[in-house]
Amino acid sequence: MKAPGNREPTTEPGPPEQIKAVPVRHPGQWVAAGIVAIVLVAVIKSIATNGNFQWNVVGDYLFDQRVLDGVVVTLELTVLAMAIGISGGVLLAVMRLSTNRLISTSSWTYIWLFRGTPVLVQILLWYNIAALYPSLDLGIPFGPAFVHLDANSLITKFVAATVALGLNEAAYMSEIVRAGMISVDEGQTEAAKALGMTRGQTLRRIVLPQAMRVIIPPTGNETISMLKFTSLASVIALPELLYSVQLIYSQSYQVIPLLIVASIWYLAITSVLSVGQYYLERYYGRGSSRDQPPPSLFEQLRSGWAARHVDPETLGLGREGR
Amino acid sequence: MTDTVLKAENVHKSYGRLEVLKGISMEVNKGEVFCLLGPSGSGKSTFLRCINHIEKINAGRIWVDGDLIGYRQIGDKLHEQRDSEIVACRAEIGMVFQRFNLFPHMTAIENVMLAQRIVLGRKSGEARKKATELLERVGLADKVDEYPNRLSGGQAQRVAIARALAMDPKLMLFDEVTSALDPELVKDVLDVMRELASEGMTMIVVTHEIGFARDVADQVVFIDAGVIVEQGTPKQVIDQPREERTKKFLGQVLEH
Repeated sequence: MKAPGNREPTTEPGPPEQIKAVPVRHPGQWVAAGIVAIVLVAVIKSIATNGNFQWNVVGDYLFDQRVLDGVVVTLELTVLAMAIGISGGVLLAVMRLSTNRLISTSSWTYIWLFRGTPVLVQILLWYNIAALYPSLDLGIPFGPAFVHLDANSLITKFVAATVALGLNEAAYMSEIVRAGMISVDEGQTEAAKALGMTRGQTLRRIVLPQAMRVIIPPTGNETISMLKFTSLASVIALPELLYSVQLIYSQSYQVIPLLIVASIWYLAITSVLSVGQYYLERYYGRGSSRDQPPPSLFEQLRSGWAARHVDPETLGLGREGR
Repeated sequence: MTDTVLKAENVHKSYGRLEVLKGISMEVNKGEVFCLLGPSGSGKSTFLRCINHIEKINAGRIWVDGDLIGYRQIGDKLHEQRDSEIVACRAEIGMVFQRFNLFPHMTAIENVMLAQRIVLGRKSGEARKKATELLERVGLADKVDEYPNRLSGGQAQRVAIARALAMDPKLMLFDEVTSALDPELVKDVLDVMRELASEGMTMIVVTHEIGFARDVADQVVFIDAGVIVEQGTPKQVIDQPREERTKKFLGQVLEH
């Protein structure tokens, strides 16, 4: 580089001139958007005009008591199975990270077994567990039993489905939790130790809250998956959402509209769950970004509305280069 | 009753075949400030981490305030301490790290309050009062409710010092606490440490700040390759080092 001469720092008087440039045109995007628009119109027209959809039947059954009962069972199954899955997952993850070989290996084996077999098969196995263990005894291992339970009456369809889905989920959740725990910097554990916290306190107060940021998004996905996997319980004739509509259409033969009823409910619930996930992520993301936490959906909608309805100049936003 | 706070006797530590500490002995009395100098990898930080049993030692003994660290002697047999016993020892030893290690999901004051509450069992109001006082003392009264990622390195490190002080430690360990800081932020942290030393806190400081060691230390210990090469007052070790290795190290550090 040439050595520059004596240079005076120069300061322009007044505010800098704002850039007003012609934006780059994207003709390819316009063509693609046109094609998408045409396809969209065709699909909407077909949905609206194809009589086989029988939208009036969908409307009749959407809030039918039997369907609503099915929705309740589906929700109960999802919540209980996820509760088993998450608590089991945390337990398995802690076991997996144990220094005791037997403990960590048994966790590994559990995951291998439950991840390696189809959950549909697991549901059928649990439903038929009475064939394997006709009675369940509670008592001292290899010693006397205090409580004697009949497996057939204990393992109802609902219990079988909940246990099967929950234990299967625990295997997946443990990997998610473990990844979260590993992601926490080792210095955090050291600092907690140096302050005199026990291992349990360190796990609960320091490691898990930070791992949550990594754990929450995939757990949200798992919950949404779980909601849909509960439909597998229809094979053991548990009247959750799918089996409830199957029961109706097996008599009325209105297969398509009733499957649409079920789909609408599944979609509605997953949408609600997604919103919940958003807020959970926001909560556990605190302190993780240099900026303030991202605005909530509601705040985004409100500010979006404000930007459209208030002159940007008055807000000092100056959007769209006006 | 002596007022020896730390007594280390022939401490050895290896990682696998790599021997990091080869027999360190040291005695620190109440109110003394020891500065440990030495090239990186010499074992200074490892020794510090052995004192509060974050690292287990392979041979030797360490006592803090008369209590054997990590073990119980019953007859001529050593028994490993339970988690709860180690924890009680550690609570009396404050430690500040090179990379701060503040808890990122808590505000500054929550960082300072947490261990007071769950380790010492102080009531929330009492812990808050103590935390507020300490944060004021390290010059961060206006940063009480900030999350660590919105603090500068120097501010974060001062919160970390406040967090350790909140436990009313008998001994403070500083592990290269200014090494990760921008040069202009080092002074704030060193000033807090100077003040602490002048108030009579017993401190062991691993540092590369020769100036600080010269001003503040009662004893300077030069460690190289896992052994104490030279120990004495700052005047002896920094200004008139006798050992060749000390001279060479000081020459390199003081050059720039």
